[in-house]
Amino acid sequence: MSDALLRIKNLKTWLGSGSSPVRAIDGIDLEIKKGETFVLLGESGCGKSMTALSIMRLLPPVGRIVEGSIHLGDTNLLDLPESLMRCERGGRMGMIFQEPMTSLNPVLTVGSQIIEAVNIHDASQERKPKDRVIELLKAVGIPDPEQRFDEYPHQLSGGMKQRVMIAIALAGRPQLLIADEPTTALDVTIQAQVLTLMKQLQQETGMAILLITHDLGVVAEVADRVAVMYAGQIVETAPCKAFFQSPRHPYSRKLFQSIPGREKRAQRLAVIKGTVPPLDQEFTGCRFADRCDDVMDVCRQQSPEWDQYGEGLGVRCHLQASHVTTAKKIDEVDDRVAKIENGSLTPLLSVDDLKVYFPIHKGIFRRVAGHVRAVDGVSLEIHVGRTLAVVGESGCGKTTVGKAILQLIKPTDGQVQFDHHELTTLRGEALRKKRSDLQIIFQDPMASMNPRMLVHNIIEEGMLAQGVGGNAAGRRTRVLELLQQVGLPGSAADRYPHEFSGGQRQRICVARVLAVEPRLIICDEPTSALDVSVQAQILNLLQSLQQQLGLSYLFITHDISVVAYLAHEVAVMYLGRIVERGTVAEVLDDPQHPYTQALLSAVPVAEPGGKRKTIHLEGDMPSPATPPAGCHFHPRCPQAMDRCQKAYPKAVSLSKTRSVSCLLLEN
Amino acid sequence: MPELVILWTDALIFLLIALMLVFGHLAASREHLRTPWRSVGQSRMGMGALVVLSVYVLIGVLDSVHYKPLLPETAQTARITHSNEVLSLLDCLLTPLREQQEKTYSSPLSSYLYSKENIEQADGSMRREYPRLKYGGAHLQNPEQEWAADIAWTILVGAAEALLAWLIIVSSITIWHAQRAGHSCFQQCQRIISRQTDIPWHVIFMVLGIILLLAFVAGNLGVKYHLLGTDKVGEDVFYQVLKSIRTGLVIGTLTTLIMLPAAIMMGIMAGYFRGWVDDVIQYIYTTLSSIPGVLLIAAAILMLHVYMNEHSDEFTSLIERADLRLLFLCIILGVTSWTGLCRMLRGETLKLRELDYVQAAQAFGVRHFTIITRHILPNVLHIVMISVVLDFSGLVLAEAVLSYVNIGVDPTMNSWGNMINSARLEMAREPIVWWSLAAALVFMFTLVLAANLFSDVVRDAFDPRLRGGK
Repeated sequence: MSDALLRIKNLKTWLGSGSSPVRAIDGIDLEIKKGETFVLLGESGCGKSMTALSIMRLLPPVGRIVEGSIHLGDTNLLDLPESLMRCERGGRMGMIFQEPMTSLNPVLTVGSQIIEAVNIHDASQERKPKDRVIELLKAVGIPDPEQRFDEYPHQLSGGMKQRVMIAIALAGRPQLLIADEPTTALDVTIQAQVLTLMKQLQQETGMAILLITHDLGVVAEVADRVAVMYAGQIVETAPCKAFFQSPRHPYSRKLFQSIPGREKRAQRLAVIKGTVPPLDQEFTGCRFADRCDDVMDVCRQQSPEWDQYGEGLGVRCHLQASHVTTAKKIDEVDDRVAKIENGSLTPLLSVDDLKVYFPIHKGIFRRVAGHVRAVDGVSLEIHVGRTLAVVGESGCGKTTVGKAILQLIKPTDGQVQFDHHELTTLRGEALRKKRSDLQIIFQDPMASMNPRMLVHNIIEEGMLAQGVGGNAAGRRTRVLELLQQVGLPGSAADRYPHEFSGGQRQRICVARVLAVEPRLIICDEPTSALDVSVQAQILNLLQSLQQQLGLSYLFITHDISVVAYLAHEVAVMYLGRIVERGTVAEVLDDPQHPYTQALLSAVPVAEPGGKRKTIHLEGDMPSPATPPAGCHFHPRCPQAMDRCQKAYPKAVSLSKTRSVSCLLLEN
Repeated sequence: MPELVILWTDALIFLLIALMLVFGHLAASREHLRTPWRSVGQSRMGMGALVVLSVYVLIGVLDSVHYKPLLPETAQTARITHSNEVLSLLDCLLTPLREQQEKTYSSPLSSYLYSKENIEQADGSMRREYPRLKYGGAHLQNPEQEWAADIAWTILVGAAEALLAWLIIVSSITIWHAQRAGHSCFQQCQRIISRQTDIPWHVIFMVLGIILLLAFVAGNLGVKYHLLGTDKVGEDVFYQVLKSIRTGLVIGTLTTLIMLPAAIMMGIMAGYFRGWVDDVIQYIYTTLSSIPGVLLIAAAILMLHVYMNEHSDEFTSLIERADLRLLFLCIILGVTSWTGLCRMLRGETLKLRELDYVQAAQAFGVRHFTIITRHILPNVLHIVMISVVLDFSGLVLAEAVLSYVNIGVDPTMNSWGNMINSARLEMAREPIVWWSLAAALVFMFTLVLAANLFSDVVRDAFDPRLRGGK
């Protein structure tokens, strides 16, 4: 065991004092070896970040470590005085955070922020600190490090900022790098860059990485060993391969089943019922018992012991290895796919050459100096009862498309026809009447409900505005009906939104939208703020509503697995334009546009080793205010030709449903 | 029956009290409004300041009930000029202070005038010495020897009375609470002493005790002496200071009441509709805030002055004139001070209108007016609340400054500003007359300090960031 770098024994961290402290971490043991990547996996609120903060001893003021030990090498970190602990932070241990935008001080140059770390931890060098900074910037793959040295954080993109954060963490030549969801806030193509960079740095320096994530795809990509956390405890540890082949704990298995994907299209996704239990209590039984399908009597009476059944393999569950049942498949094959795919294709919504430009004002007279071309000529069609997914990275204008269709943002140009009625020319009362047909569900369910209104009033709002639902009693009945339809008890009507969990809140939002009986719902990343198991609940709900009510969805997302699960057709957007569209099978199986190929290859797949080679895109998406000449994608395109710089390629129609905008296909 | 007189500012003060009662009723039924106020109620600093403020408000409200007193019928012909005199309840309570007017300056608690005069002796010779006061210490035969003992005794009596009153109030509150909570009185006392009650009663009782002590001692001394001396025309300074409380409160609250509708409406409209509405409103408030406020106030007050001189028949009594001038000052201060709040509300609304729930409401086809009243207004109310409380103390101080440069309230009206203004000459005298200035300062300082402490507590309670951190 001499190669263990970090050893945590029976660590307990509690938040708050008084009669019921929150037991954020309730006795975890783990060991990280030199040079390995150890992944801590779990849903939000399971204590992953608290573990990282406990190791760094950076707990919030209400938090305290009540028991246990943390050894880094031979030092017990919990015994160190604060002054020595400061040397450890950033010295032998580096940390990077989730949000690179807020981790850097916006008024200091990038260079000065890295120098700060270099001066503290690497000052013994004879060399000038600046040289070391440039070396670090080079190491994290930032082009033109000499020039970047004097730039400010706002001049860098998200991926670049995260690289700078990594450079700061590397300044002290750490033996252990703690990365708390380092790629969650980044786009998939950038995520692929950062993950590769971390892997490569690990090989060069031999440091160990403690990676915290909720994304099974990321785990499969980088992990050597995995620990699953649930409700403040580690419930399973295993080497990466073994974990993906045969997860032992029912919670781990459920996580796998709730990931959406192509092969699960015809089924309902497995959901983990309920939510993570509140941690301000003492548990007598297993913490997962209330949500477990294989729950036994013993689970409720007795807390399961740690069962070490092999080298590096362990699980905290009463189910013995022999009893592991294969997951009950919910084989609810629906004939929806077949039915609609051959059915009559009447376009419900057709968008033609939609443009949304935002003017840029400059100078004291606020003259219009240019335009941000958020949406630059998008055409699409959605048929009755079908789902069109719009995929793209952040900033490509997909949300703006949604809002422009709803006329929440006035389009600059183009037509939006809904059921043969032109929406863009409607004004005032006429538009207000049409609004019940098209509705929208937002990404953050908390922000999309007025925190000062009761759920009843929230759902009722649309009915009142549209004058549907009859009198007060009639509306009340309808509200209760809707709550039942989305799987919430009627008592929810008289509570405030903050009393619900994320998934329940999103259900309320769905109920609110259904109240006005829309025919098309624009779903703007409805599940990306939710945990995987909760995401499955919402996706199931959306799918069954589509079957029952014949709804059409415009599904805006960046998550390819959701697209594969839910959508019929896909449109891939890049910088305000659709670069490729077609049915799910066509686009996902055989991507033609180089951007689609890169995007799909960058998505981490939850099977170690079983993935395609990632096509790495250099750099970031250009600003839509100054799009590159010619094909917008050519500066990043691995297959760019000279011709690409001259003109934007026309859409090439490959089949009845399919078109691609790329010069490669014009020949 | 005395004839009730309702001045303009009186009417507005009662309107304000009514509004506050309505708001209180509303807040009690809404959880998101009740929670912060409850945390204000649990703050020791806040409740202590609130007790002080309530005493000021009580005096101010008493001073806002005006009436024309009945004239004794027998003396009607002799005092016909007095029939127009308008008094307030406070005047009635302070009758001895109001009527015991001396000849000129006298220092606090003195029995003699502050300046020597020629006094004709019994034998007909003239001697130059400090004459005795008509009222202050008039009951003393030989002030040099009896004065100290009399003062001490009066203070003692006042303290005893204060203790009695304090015990009555405290025990009645405690018993009432004990009955409501189902404790015995003894238990309730223990809970208060060991600070276990939700509302910090121990602080409230302590502050109340100090105020009662001061009030009773002042009352007892004030009847026999001039507690804070007299001014140039021999009026009691203590009376003037108490009368000034209403002026300060009126300026601090009515100004806000007057500016509030405009600021809220314009601010939200600018932020919500944007485009040309925003441009127009921004143009208005940037223009307004770039005109020097003092200039605007001076111009407006002068205009009013001219108007009142030309239509002097419409203003029958002095007090009505003064009141109108006070109201006008409030309006013009309101006009110059609404821009800050308006700008803040515009910014907040700009942020709120992009929030998903406002967008969702738009997607439902909800009307703009409904969106503003249902989604925007309740979510900016905390800003309004904070700025109202913060502005209050600033406005009380502004009155003092404006009166000092003679564009404040009417010179005949009692106000701290006027007192400070007159102190300019008094400070130049030799020996100097310091008590007018000191009295005004102490009373103003106490009010502003209490208001500032209270506003700090309110702001913290309504600040969502601080609330989340607790």
